[in-house]
Amino acid sequence: MTPLTPHPYMGNSTEAIHERMLAAVGASSIEELFEQIPAEHYGTQGETLPDGILSEATLELHVDGILRANKNTRDNLSFLGAGSWQHHVPAVCDEIAGRSEFLTSVWGTPSSDHGRNQAWFEFSSQLGELLDLEFVGLPVYSWGSAGGNALRMAARLTGRNRVIVTKAIDPERRAVIESYCGTQGSSRALEIIDLDYDAETGHTDLDQLAAQLDDTIAAVYIDTPNHLGVFEAQAAEITARAHAVGAEMIVGTDPLSLGIVASPASYGADIVIGSTQPLGVPLNAGGGVGGFIATRDEERYAREFPTLQVSITETLVPGERAFGLTLFGQSSYGAREEGNDWTGNSVYLWAIRNTVYMALMGPAGFTEVGSTIISNAHETAKRISGIDGVTVRFDSGFFKEFVVDFTGTGLTVADINEKLLAEGIFGGKDLSGDFPELGQSALYCVTEVHTEDDIERLISSLGKAVTR
Amino acid sequence: MTRSEIRPFHAARWSEPVIMEMGSPGRRGTVPPTSWASADAAGLVPAGLHRTEAPGLPEMSEPDVLRHYLHLSQQTMGMVGISLFGTCTMKYNPRISERIIARPYVADVHPAQDPSTMQGVLQIVDEFSQALTSLSGMPAFTFQPGGGAAAAFTHAAVTRAYHASRGELGQRTEIITTAQSHPSSPATASAAGFDIITLPVEEDGYPSVEALRAAVSDRTAALMVNNPDDMGIYNPQIKEWVDIVHEAGGLCFYDHANFNGVMTRLRAAELGFDACMFMLHKTFGVTKGGGGPAVGAYGCSEALAPFLPGPRIEKVDDTYTLVESPSSLGRIREYLGNVPQVIAAYTWLKAMGGNGLREAADLSVLTNNYMEKRILEIPGITKAFPEMTKRRLEMTRFSLGDITAETGVTAVDIQNRMTDFGIDAYWLSHEPWIVPEPFTPEAGEAWSIEDIDYWIDVLAHVVDEARSDAELVKTSPHNQVVARPNGAGLDDPERWATTWRAYQRKNGNH
Repeated sequence: MTPLTPHPYMGNSTEAIHERMLAAVGASSIEELFEQIPAEHYGTQGETLPDGILSEATLELHVDGILRANKNTRDNLSFLGAGSWQHHVPAVCDEIAGRSEFLTSVWGTPSSDHGRNQAWFEFSSQLGELLDLEFVGLPVYSWGSAGGNALRMAARLTGRNRVIVTKAIDPERRAVIESYCGTQGSSRALEIIDLDYDAETGHTDLDQLAAQLDDTIAAVYIDTPNHLGVFEAQAAEITARAHAVGAEMIVGTDPLSLGIVASPASYGADIVIGSTQPLGVPLNAGGGVGGFIATRDEERYAREFPTLQVSITETLVPGERAFGLTLFGQSSYGAREEGNDWTGNSVYLWAIRNTVYMALMGPAGFTEVGSTIISNAHETAKRISGIDGVTVRFDSGFFKEFVVDFTGTGLTVADINEKLLAEGIFGGKDLSGDFPELGQSALYCVTEVHTEDDIERLISSLGKAVTR
Repeated sequence: MTRSEIRPFHAARWSEPVIMEMGSPGRRGTVPPTSWASADAAGLVPAGLHRTEAPGLPEMSEPDVLRHYLHLSQQTMGMVGISLFGTCTMKYNPRISERIIARPYVADVHPAQDPSTMQGVLQIVDEFSQALTSLSGMPAFTFQPGGGAAAAFTHAAVTRAYHASRGELGQRTEIITTAQSHPSSPATASAAGFDIITLPVEEDGYPSVEALRAAVSDRTAALMVNNPDDMGIYNPQIKEWVDIVHEAGGLCFYDHANFNGVMTRLRAAELGFDACMFMLHKTFGVTKGGGGPAVGAYGCSEALAPFLPGPRIEKVDDTYTLVESPSSLGRIREYLGNVPQVIAAYTWLKAMGGNGLREAADLSVLTNNYMEKRILEIPGITKAFPEMTKRRLEMTRFSLGDITAETGVTAVDIQNRMTDFGIDAYWLSHEPWIVPEPFTPEAGEAWSIEDIDYWIDVLAHVVDEARSDAELVKTSPHNQVVARPNGAGLDDPERWATTWRAYQRKNGNH
């Protein structure tokens, strides 16, 4: 059935072209072309979808009408973080990521994809500078995905199948890691051992770590800053202890902190992972996440990467550079089930955003944004802790997130957030379900985008909210 | 038919340096806000964690960064030329979707917002899920998987959870697939802890029922297959396959990578499958992005739905809420998935409608048959399994093996030479290669007949060149951004360099 109006998305949507192609292939009807499919295979039960909306104006009205029901962090005041963080996205990031060439590319040749491959190499190169590491893969789906991949890399590297994972971790991230480790009793699963944190300091419980470490441990995994916002002050000590039993040290980090904070590589972390979302990617209702995996450029590590990665290389023309996939053969594309885990479509367009972001920021931008964030966040925490019955759990040594404890107000976080929402404020993420040891606490996120006026508004609204 | 004249083409060639070589000390590309707080930032970083040296990033002005990346974008062909890259279903990506998802009501929504403030997002995700139900018969969908491979992994994880719930996980150790499945099927199943049985392709272009019977046992956890495969060949015994696996207690997963030719005709649930996967970045008009953000929409039966990763969207009265199923496997990825891409797919589907989907499927198959007829008229090109004489669906796998034998020119050589005329690479074949020197174009429904004809004309022209001047083709491309990589050192630990820093060190410039 040819529609009355040819569809604008289809170049051959005219009756004349249908007929022309049918004649060329010698078929009297379209149905003839489906001769491979037995008639009894055809579906009969589905609801038929309504006809298409051919007019773009009508289509936009329809979709827009639904999405207008959303509230967003730009028109409201948001303190939500916990895995997706509100940062400024420079306009140039939007312009470049929106270019049709990058937006629509798939797999050309190294020559026809040269520009994109170079941008990917620049993503890895700039991230490598921030991380002080020389081997960086193309991004994976998310920080959780990077964590799962890194733990599995460590298991292959050590031939061991027990991993120690911090409990001061985003439950979403932890759940992804569990799926990757296969904790449901299947064969070849990795056993995850929980590593406690000190509820007074937010730091790793070193005594418990000492008791857990032995020569069956493949890896120790911590985050700094961790999910509760705290920098892991003992990271170097933890790394030394992991290495002492032959375990790999995996550290997750926020790349936006690396202008002011030393990379985990500085104290010998072996596999450094984290989120790429802070580097120029909008929140996207959770669809902004991405992850990175980086190590020293040592063959031992490079051969375990599950990702695709581009290497700078030479062409047939002397002196000319190109970019090609390195170690492709160890990926699932190259080796199917014999490869390192698996790869496929990931978040490569976000790598374009990331590389543009890092180039715009430069060394000074990273130093400044880190300083602004840490100062804004600490000052906000100090002001919040001035509210009656409200305390900040770990009152220093955090980056952009901190734990606000409302237990003393006699109210729940849910109550308080409901009152804040009525004033156009998205309060911090409720931790009471996942971290009951913290009482009625919420994780507040303050970044470079928050102004002093924003914070005054928050303090005023919180003050009212905690007064019953 | 007469060939059209081959038009001159040359890619942009900016000789663009790597950004690490650019800039000048002190230049700024963006300036973050200064803090309004009086606290001294350095004093707030715990002792011993201070960064001592500024990161070695380029120092550039904003216009210089913009122009550098514009140059790189111009040195990327994308879908600005003609790309009939097979198995990836190169479709038009309506820019209205891009406009919509860039607006604050999508881009600036935080995933942890109260569901009451995300009703628009939740409605679209839920309605799109229902649309996929009508196309597949699968009552439940998750959009958490960040691509097709992630959806295959989701299936492996659901398979784990399902057998564990029945106390059979220790026994159900094997997943069966075929040599023609996407590599992600065996790879994800293996990563999830299963042993892989790969059935070889037989004379009809697919494995025999007997081979399947021999592979199935009480150890069978699942079957993971695509149909049609990447050769455009449909396994007409698929219902029998599903019955055999079900009788043994296994689950059946339908990788709908090649859904484009059969959409509105086949429904996975009616063929007996327990689960299926659609790639929104292929079949549903969402951008490729060079490799994501993508969505592998994973749908499954009522029996498997409780195991899906959470959270699930539920509509109570007129309000959408998020719920966690007690038997959920947890998460495959954080949050709801690539929501903007789901919204773009919803928008595309609304534009297409049921009638548009049917026409797109028809056109993809018709155009492939049109292409096949013309391509096989080029002397030396053959197709995989020519003895299977029924018409192929939306793809055909061809072989240049005879031309290689005759001229020494390979499928990769021809692929590279075609880019000299503005035609981007064709897909060769996933591992393992079933025919020598394979190539797999896919017409899809977006490209005009003029573009399809021109693509074939260029292919024919390059095959002529292979016969008249093989060296020209072997040393191609000549009109591209750069020449072909010489392949040296990419897998050599002394020479590979995924970062500028490694490259400098290995070349003595550190």
